Amino acid sequence: MRANRAVGIAGYGAYVPRLRVRTADISNAWRSRSAAAPAVAEKSVPGPDEDVVTMAIEAARTALDRAGTDLEDIGAVWVGTESKPYAVKPSATIVAEALGVTPHVVAADMEFACKAGSEAMQAAVAFVGSGMVEAALAIGMDTAQSKPGDALEYTAGCGGAAYLFCDAAKALAVVEASISHVTDTPDFFRRETAHYPEHGSRFTGEPSYFRHTLAASRKLMAEVGLTAKDFAHAVFHQPVPKFVEKAAAELGFTRAQYKTGLVAPRMGNAYAGSSLLGLAAVLDIAMPGERIFFCSYGSGAGSDAFCFRVTERILERRQGATVINYLDRRRVVDGYGQYLRLRGKIRRA
Amino acid sequence: MDLPRYHRLTAPYYRLEGQRCAACGAVQFPPRPACGACRSADLATYRFSGRGTVYSFAEVSQAPKGFSGPYVVAMVELEEGVRVTAQLTDVEPEDVEIGMPVEMVTRRIQEKGPQGYLVYGYKFRPVLQASSQIEQRKAS
Amino acid sequence: MRDVFIIGTGQTPVAEHWDLGLRELGAMAIRKAMEDAGVETVDALFVGNMLGGAVNGQENLGALLADAADLLPIEAWKIEAACASGGAAVRAAALSVAAGAHEVAVAIGIEKMTDAVGDQVASGLATASDGDYEASHGLSFVALSALMMRRYMHETGVCREAFAPFAVNAHQNAAANANAMFREPISAEQFARSPLVAAPIGVLDAAPVCDGAAALVVCSRDFLQSHHKAVRIAAAAGATDTIGLAGRPDLLTLRVAKASAEKAYAASGFGPKDIDFFEAHDAFTIITALSLEACGFAPRGEALKRAAHGCFAPGGCVPVSTFGGLKARGHPVGASGAYQIVEATAQLRGEAGANQIQGARVALTQSIGGHGSIAVAHILEA
Repeated sequence: MRANRAVGIAGYGAYVPRLRVRTADISNAWRSRSAAAPAVAEKSVPGPDEDVVTMAIEAARTALDRAGTDLEDIGAVWVGTESKPYAVKPSATIVAEALGVTPHVVAADMEFACKAGSEAMQAAVAFVGSGMVEAALAIGMDTAQSKPGDALEYTAGCGGAAYLFCDAAKALAVVEASISHVTDTPDFFRRETAHYPEHGSRFTGEPSYFRHTLAASRKLMAEVGLTAKDFAHAVFHQPVPKFVEKAAAELGFTRAQYKTGLVAPRMGNAYAGSSLLGLAAVLDIAMPGERIFFCSYGSGAGSDAFCFRVTERILERRQGATVINYLDRRRVVDGYGQYLRLRGKIRRA
Repeated sequence: MDLPRYHRLTAPYYRLEGQRCAACGAVQFPPRPACGACRSADLATYRFSGRGTVYSFAEVSQAPKGFSGPYVVAMVELEEGVRVTAQLTDVEPEDVEIGMPVEMVTRRIQEKGPQGYLVYGYKFRPVLQASSQIEQRKAS
Repeated sequence: MRDVFIIGTGQTPVAEHWDLGLRELGAMAIRKAMEDAGVETVDALFVGNMLGGAVNGQENLGALLADAADLLPIEAWKIEAACASGGAAVRAAALSVAAGAHEVAVAIGIEKMTDAVGDQVASGLATASDGDYEASHGLSFVALSALMMRRYMHETGVCREAFAPFAVNAHQNAAANANAMFREPISAEQFARSPLVAAPIGVLDAAPVCDGAAALVVCSRDFLQSHHKAVRIAAAAGATDTIGLAGRPDLLTLRVAKASAEKAYAASGFGPKDIDFFEAHDAFTIITALSLEACGFAPRGEALKRAAHGCFAPGGCVPVSTFGGLKARGHPVGASGAYQIVEATAQLRGEAGANQIQGARVALTQSIGGHGSIAVAHILEA
């Protein structure tokens, strides 16, 4: 898919909370001491005063500061997440109000499990590319809920990133093409009144993550006429590091290409924020002229694949906190009990 | 349910918006009917940068209704010279010092129960890139 | 305006009165004061109270207490000035007499804090602060005092323990006060070891949650009779400051204390050197220190030094909280200002018993609301 006019990223910003829980502490609550080590050593946890709205506001403020775009030109704000503070009442309007871009915006929350953030990116590209708005903000952010003692609890992390899209002439990275590949595949879901999601165990692998990621990725490469070696960096959705390693290998990407965008080992899987955070980590070090391959995955299921080409402007638009700054800022919570309280899994009666 | 009250306070709460007096140039927070310095009513919206230092602080262990302690509160002196009282966040109480540089962040101020509405507003935290370095040193 | 005299006082003990409500406490104090004054009727009733709405589900206390004390159908209203409500009620009553609207009136300060338990009382107290910019951000009432105390310690270099003399003195004086809530003396060591409520404020820096009512009968010179043990209100004055602490140019100057005291000094012709004792608003030791400095009893930053030398104990240069103060006699918030004046009247009449300040002739009482956003000061003369 390509828009009528070329569009790109004007500015970007990331957010990862400060707190971490050691997955060994989770394991010790539920499993024997000799159980296999969890896929990631620690994951990020939202503080008691944080949620998708507060994190989105910070990431978006960074993106707007870097872009330098006039607030009057921002015409859309979308927040993609599966952990909305309100089931009904948009997070996007709170974010828009905090940024000072109301009332001249289209605003809404999007849901497509872990690809809600890249969903927002597709919409932003379309609104700017069609000429309907000059700049559109797409945010992917999550606090990732998971059942106590379930496999997901060892990886469900917290964070995300915001992207302001604009005309390619002002962009730090241009969108060369994007693809969306979607089917009805119920590998992971949550009913309205359920507090925690359900997932299909091994069904979440080959028929779900890999089928959609690989299909979308191959379609995108065909669309732009490129192969893996044409890209300096590759970013994927990161449920566990192993899935990224396997998908990358299948597509011909080397470790050197995907390692910068692989943030999960330090913080877990940020659901709708995961692939967007990986992209931000890459933009933090990417050089003008480089191409970035991006492919998200969301259960339900689908993948959004994007091809970006970095411009000279990136060199002046990286002031402020980087993804590494956020990852380095960490305080480990004092055990599983503290984690349960922070995640609202136990509450004062 | 006093959400109309909090809706009225959106601009100062979300964006740390006060006023600048067109007559004498003074800035003030929170917004008021007239300029505190010269009483002129010719006031324009002014968004504070959010950067400041800790002027004084206290730890709240017995939180009032609607709040969950313990947490740290502070009087912050903004770089524009105006002071504001707020919670501090992302910091351990023992690491807070008078004079510490802080920056404004938007966080949940109140949750009116698990089924109730959320109040978002300003808090202050140690400046991010600097504190990232401090916590890296502490972690190693 | 005419001179005003206090001719009767009455008080209930300060305690957790689980079986007595606003009606009972109010009627008791009013009846005692009127009996002390030897009057069967009065022209008006002024009720100082802060938490009637927030804690007792009851506003309109002028009507409630006029009814309960069998004073219908006189003019009566509630006056609210946060923790200075009691002082403000006396001021209003005295103004009405001074202006010639009434010949004899009752002022009562009354608070019934134990009608609610849990955090409801704290939420009520928080309404004295800036609701939109302090209370709504989780700055509890105690935390606001803690901000002032920590800044004071930072600027003067004193430690927490240096504040002990105020608490020790208050508890010492309360020992002989049958109406006091706490009658056990405390030591400086106990003060130093007390658990922290909001660092640096400890349990023993702060006044308790409690109930009580104190009432006074005030009248004109024309109303005085020879059997009255009259004490003259030489002057009274009120003042205000920013509702939020962040708006104060200097966090450590209690401008309301300074302004109300200076206006009262000027109107009465008495200065700090003439004051024989000071019923200060010692809700927190930091407020005591700042009040003393604001009212001219110590230079800025020196109140603790003087306290360490016994300056504010009985027999010192300016005895403070002679019956235990807010700290140990207790602080039923809207009532305290009236308790101060009831106690000062007893001193000036020579009826203070074991707590008597020898030769007491002129007293300063000062009631402060919020964290120095409002204050009422009285100078009384024997």
